[in-house]
Amino acid sequence: MTTNLILVLVVLTNLKLLGSSRLGASIRMVALQGMVLGLLPVLAHLQNLSVHFVLLSLGTIALKGIVFPWLLFRAVREAEVAREIEPYVGYVASLVAGVLALGVSFGMCARLTMPENIASPWLAPVALFSIFAGLFLIVARKRALNQVLGFLVLENGIYTFGVGIVAETPFLVELGVLLDVFVAVFVMGIAVYHINREFDHIETDRLDRLKG
Amino acid sequence: MISISFIPLLLALVLSPLLFGVINRTKAFFAGRRGQPLLQLYFDLWKLLRKGAVYSRTTTWIFRAGPVLGLAAVLVAAALMPLGNFPALIAFPADFLLFAGLLGLMRFCTVVAALDTGSSFEGMGASREVFFSALAEPALFIALVTLARQAGQLSLSTIFGPLSGAHWLDSGPVLALVIIALMIVLLAENARIPVDDPNTHLELTMIHEVMVLDHSGPDFAFILYSAGLKLWLFAALIVGMVVPVTNSVWLDLLLSTGGVLVVAVIVGVIESIMARLRLVVVPQLLVGAGVLAAMAFLLELTLKIHNPS
Repeated sequence: MTTNLILVLVVLTNLKLLGSSRLGASIRMVALQGMVLGLLPVLAHLQNLSVHFVLLSLGTIALKGIVFPWLLFRAVREAEVAREIEPYVGYVASLVAGVLALGVSFGMCARLTMPENIASPWLAPVALFSIFAGLFLIVARKRALNQVLGFLVLENGIYTFGVGIVAETPFLVELGVLLDVFVAVFVMGIAVYHINREFDHIETDRLDRLKG
Repeated sequence: MISISFIPLLLALVLSPLLFGVINRTKAFFAGRRGQPLLQLYFDLWKLLRKGAVYSRTTTWIFRAGPVLGLAAVLVAAALMPLGNFPALIAFPADFLLFAGLLGLMRFCTVVAALDTGSSFEGMGASREVFFSALAEPALFIALVTLARQAGQLSLSTIFGPLSGAHWLDSGPVLALVIIALMIVLLAENARIPVDDPNTHLELTMIHEVMVLDHSGPDFAFILYSAGLKLWLFAALIVGMVVPVTNSVWLDLLLSTGGVLVVAVIVGVIESIMARLRLVVVPQLLVGAGVLAAMAFLLELTLKIHNPS
């Protein structure tokens, strides 16, 4: 039941991300998603709970719920942007695309054979939807920061899938993934800062021209 | 049973103007005023019905037929809507399609009558009304279909009966999403605040109110009464999902009627704490409602596949 609630929250935050133009609100949504997903390892393995899952939960919440938003908010402050002006795909169109992606995810997962003791029937579709939504955000937005958010959502999707469905992942692998994401966001934050200093904006569509 | 199924219709006919009184009182409470009497709309209706109507020379029979047809459509819709566990006067499988269609017919009448005046303001209001309702309708339909699937019933009269506490425990998120979507549709369809401001005095910003500017006397009374009935119907739709079914028939009735009034209070609270959205943002809100309904539908589909019950 609680797992279901978490998954619904994840879908809602994804949809909000697709339909919102304000960077601050978007970062807060990703933070909320990260925190909520942090609870997933414990909830998905309530029967055979171990220190491993608790540590993973705590690490995820700290990193995705607190550190990433903090890094991103700092990048926003330095780049002095508040909202995406003209995305490639409009917000209403993004929302509709989001629903279509949701439908496709549910349709695809209805054809997959799932393990018997899966925590929720919505787990695989929601994970897939997060991946689609993240990819869509990366493609459809101009600002580098929105693309970082898209990357995080994409990673959240993979994480949801891994935590919920794969019963035993080595602890080290999961920590390694978290560390990778951390480094990625860190590097992207720096990249955003430099793009901004070089071009006075953080729109990536003009990066394909050489400066001379 | 026939006598019992008259009760929802009768209650809707008698109590629906009260809803506006409740909304206005709630808003007055938030603003620190005493507000108009709860029965104000009854007085207004009585006053308007005794007056004569003024018709512009540019209007045709369409303008005169609009309010009457609109009222007729919403009256039939009221006969289809149950209240809580009480069956409606008319019930047959898939009657919710007719319900939505009748509300659409009512809107069509208002819009055509507004266009018939030839006023540019009214044409603008009509265009906005049609635009917004075109976006709200998918949300309403998907929400109703989700509800029908959840309950395993196709008629409005039987759709709410099987919905119980167990459903809320089992698929609470689905029902919550449906209710939020329906609430947004209610606000949009009844021209309430995040979408339209019923108290505005500037024709440029009006949506629903501007379309009925030229109606007077009994015609305007019909329009006001239809609006009250429409609000009642949507509120009853939401209340049917939330209010639990008890053993006592009369307790059910009391709870459901109270629930409808509570919906009116909620509308009043929303109007008090929210500003009206910019016109360009309204489509986003309505598409959002449709998205929530669609999400509920998809979640519902997978639930049924995995645990067939």
